[in-house]
Amino acid sequence: MPNNEFHTNHSLGQDDQTPDQAHFFPQGRGEALVRPGQEHFIAATDETGLGAVDAVADDSAPTSMWGEAWRDLRRRPLFWVSAVLIILALLLAAVPQLFTSTDPQFCVLANSLDGPQSGHPFGFDRQGCDIFARTVYGARASVAVGVLTTLLVALIGTVFGALAGFFGGIMDTILSRITDMFFAIPLVLAAIVVMQMFKEHRTIVTVVLVLGLFGWTNIARITRGAVMTAKNEEYVTSARALGASKAKILLSHIMPNAAAPIIVYATVALGTFIVAEATLSFLGIGLPPSIVSWGADIAKAQTSLRTQPMVLFYPAMALALTVLSFIMMGDVVRDALDPKSRKR
Amino acid sequence: MTTNIPQTPNHEGEQPLLELKDLKISFTSSTGVVDAVRGANLTIYPGQSVAIVGESGSGKSTTAMSIIGLLPGTGKVTEGSIMFDGQDITGLSNKQMEKYRGSEIGLVPQDPMTNLNPVWRIGTQVKESLRANHVVPGSEMDKRVAEVLAEAGLPDAERRAKQYPHEFSGGMRQRALIAIGLAARPKLLIADEPTSALDVTVQRQILDHLETLTKDLGTAVLFITHDLGLAAERAEHLVVMHRGRIVESGPSLKILRNPQHPYTQRLVKAAPSLASARIQSAQEQGIESAELLSATAVAEGTIPEMEEKVIEVKNLTREFDIRGARGDKKKLKAVDDVSFFVRKGTTTALVGESGSGKSTVANMVLNLLEPTSGEVLYNGTDLTSLSHKEIFQMRRKLQVVFQNPYGSLDPMYSIYRCIEEPLTIHKVGGDRKAREARVAELLDMVSMPRSTMRRYPNELSGGQRQRIAIARALALNPEVIVLDEAVSALDVLVQNQILTLLAELQQELKLTYLFITHDLAVVRQTADDVVVMQKGRIVEKGRTDDIFNDPQQHYTRDLINAVPGLGIELGTGENLV
Repeated sequence: MPNNEFHTNHSLGQDDQTPDQAHFFPQGRGEALVRPGQEHFIAATDETGLGAVDAVADDSAPTSMWGEAWRDLRRRPLFWVSAVLIILALLLAAVPQLFTSTDPQFCVLANSLDGPQSGHPFGFDRQGCDIFARTVYGARASVAVGVLTTLLVALIGTVFGALAGFFGGIMDTILSRITDMFFAIPLVLAAIVVMQMFKEHRTIVTVVLVLGLFGWTNIARITRGAVMTAKNEEYVTSARALGASKAKILLSHIMPNAAAPIIVYATVALGTFIVAEATLSFLGIGLPPSIVSWGADIAKAQTSLRTQPMVLFYPAMALALTVLSFIMMGDVVRDALDPKSRKR
Repeated sequence: MTTNIPQTPNHEGEQPLLELKDLKISFTSSTGVVDAVRGANLTIYPGQSVAIVGESGSGKSTTAMSIIGLLPGTGKVTEGSIMFDGQDITGLSNKQMEKYRGSEIGLVPQDPMTNLNPVWRIGTQVKESLRANHVVPGSEMDKRVAEVLAEAGLPDAERRAKQYPHEFSGGMRQRALIAIGLAARPKLLIADEPTSALDVTVQRQILDHLETLTKDLGTAVLFITHDLGLAAERAEHLVVMHRGRIVESGPSLKILRNPQHPYTQRLVKAAPSLASARIQSAQEQGIESAELLSATAVAEGTIPEMEEKVIEVKNLTREFDIRGARGDKKKLKAVDDVSFFVRKGTTTALVGESGSGKSTVANMVLNLLEPTSGEVLYNGTDLTSLSHKEIFQMRRKLQVVFQNPYGSLDPMYSIYRCIEEPLTIHKVGGDRKAREARVAELLDMVSMPRSTMRRYPNELSGGQRQRIAIARALALNPEVIVLDEAVSALDVLVQNQILTLLAELQQELKLTYLFITHDLAVVRQTADDVVVMQKGRIVEKGRTDDIFNDPQQHYTRDLINAVPGLGIELGTGENLV
């Protein structure tokens, strides 16, 4: 019988169940008498007691949003894989001497297209240069272009987007239309046209400036959206009610809260700028031959693709791994910073 | 079955429609198995209305969802059984359960704003429910859709069925959802917080309608709610849940008048609607109710009335441009010729439903929005005439606590920085050490542990965040605090805690509150004066007691009557410890 257990509990509720209470019930609920299974039941007080109303849980260490994102990141294998690859690429770029003592510019034609031999694990290219050394030294151009362009793009894009999003009105109209104009120009096409004009003195800096000039539009749009969302939050209104200045509100309330999508996009964009540099160098209008770069090496290797595919394979592999690691990093960072996946 | 329970003859031998026996529901998470519901017993008879009451996280929705087999995520019934109409429906597969959903057990979901698909016509969504349950042949479908919608109280149903959800107001959407829930004539309707997103008067209309409709159809209703007053008014049997357990269940009125379990007692004591009912009856008997939280209500009559006006609003009007409208319709008068004043050291409540312009008035009082015409006087000076610098000084005296506890604290700021921000902006409070001492003192005032300083808003609950927001508002020793729906988003117990805290602070610090709210029950407890607004205009204003005892306007009366549970005779609350 389902209800037997209730009866033992019920001494409290039974005695005052007299018919004269029935008239207290609002209209339409005349059936005051209790049906089986619906008797007045009172549970024993919980083993842990009731506790204070809304007590503060003081059992865990305080964590900020970034702290929580870091804890989340730490648990993901993808984060560690991409972090190791990125650190390796940065090391290659900073101190290539650590990895090889061969000069990448020292080429002996007699070794042209020779296979791997002791001290030269990847073999030689058509010019007789050591492929391993060139792959190691090529990292510097790619990583430098990627990191510097991203910094430049983040700077221009954030300023444009933040001003447009925060002030709105005419400022937004003007800045957004400028963004749209630049957005309409394909990045690589514009870079090809502009780089043509700098035939004489092409350096890493020129490539960075040209890519930065045409590559900031996406970040500006993302920043504008993020700023507009953050601007309407109540904590901004409450800072205004305190009398905080516009600059203070923008810099100390809105930008930190809009930072997450910007960081995520910048990490992914870094990979695309490395690809853009490689494309330009492949076309012969990126970095000059005096600077070793993966793009240029891939261009040179394509002539011997059918006979010696490995000459192309090594720099292409290095390029792909570097780009992949940054894109993977962007992906895990986005997951960690996503407010929807955060608790509460 | 039973021998010692008195039964009326008409119930003899009646079979329960739904029986939950020792139901246990668990969720599997990365940290292990969590029991969301522990040993719940519940019986519902055909045509009966039953309510499950509890705070958020008590397991009330989980229990209801297990009945219809829609437990979210990893939720599973691990023990016990669910009997529906004599059949065991525990652990049925999705396919078998579909037979019951809609046709036997209907559901009215919580949020009318998100539970209708915005790209489909209302009629199509009702039709979907009819078709899924094969209730009527295809040829009669459209006629039936109109009937069902008309039944739910939507006038001109045939035309309405062709409209899209965005053309409906919140109340109309809820009616459409009720129509969908009842379309296939289920024997049991689960209503999960059916009206918590709606204005009180709309809430009342819809619940009234739902009641007559289900009575006519003989449908049993299971209400899920956090509002004890509403539950008591609408259901004959009450189930109180706390931390996944049923702590008390039984006839509604018996529980309300004589709660036995400590948690139920706490809940009955805290529910503002019930407290209002008790204050009401205490005053009718000439007793001063201890539940009045407002500072001066008790003192009134003994000391001469303070008539010092801290804030005076004169002929305030604010217009907004309507996008896309032409001609005369271009301007919307959100606030129309509003005048009232706030007495020093008292609480004035600005009451109105959504769209009444009450928040717009608050924003103009706070000088966050320029009035189109009229003026706001603060201690006799017109705010609009002040220079930037004077306004900056003024802001120290006028602070605000907003409605949304999840939005009003910057998630990137630690609690220390949140409370310290007003001090740094106004360059008061001395060096870091002195400011830290001040922040600690403020945390004590709102009874939060000092260790909270190092925490971040995302680690605190809604009520705790609201206490931090109050501490932040107190940092500059203000005279006036504007409370913009400051307790509306909270559970009753937490709400009551915050209201008590506010009342204590008012007495201690001689604060003046401008209390913006839609909840008249809260007003009864806290306010000294009431200003009722409707569609941008003031309908009625006066002392709280006068307004409640003798409302002059039809609209005010509607608002007061819409407070759930106010009509229940509860006694004066002396038995509550």
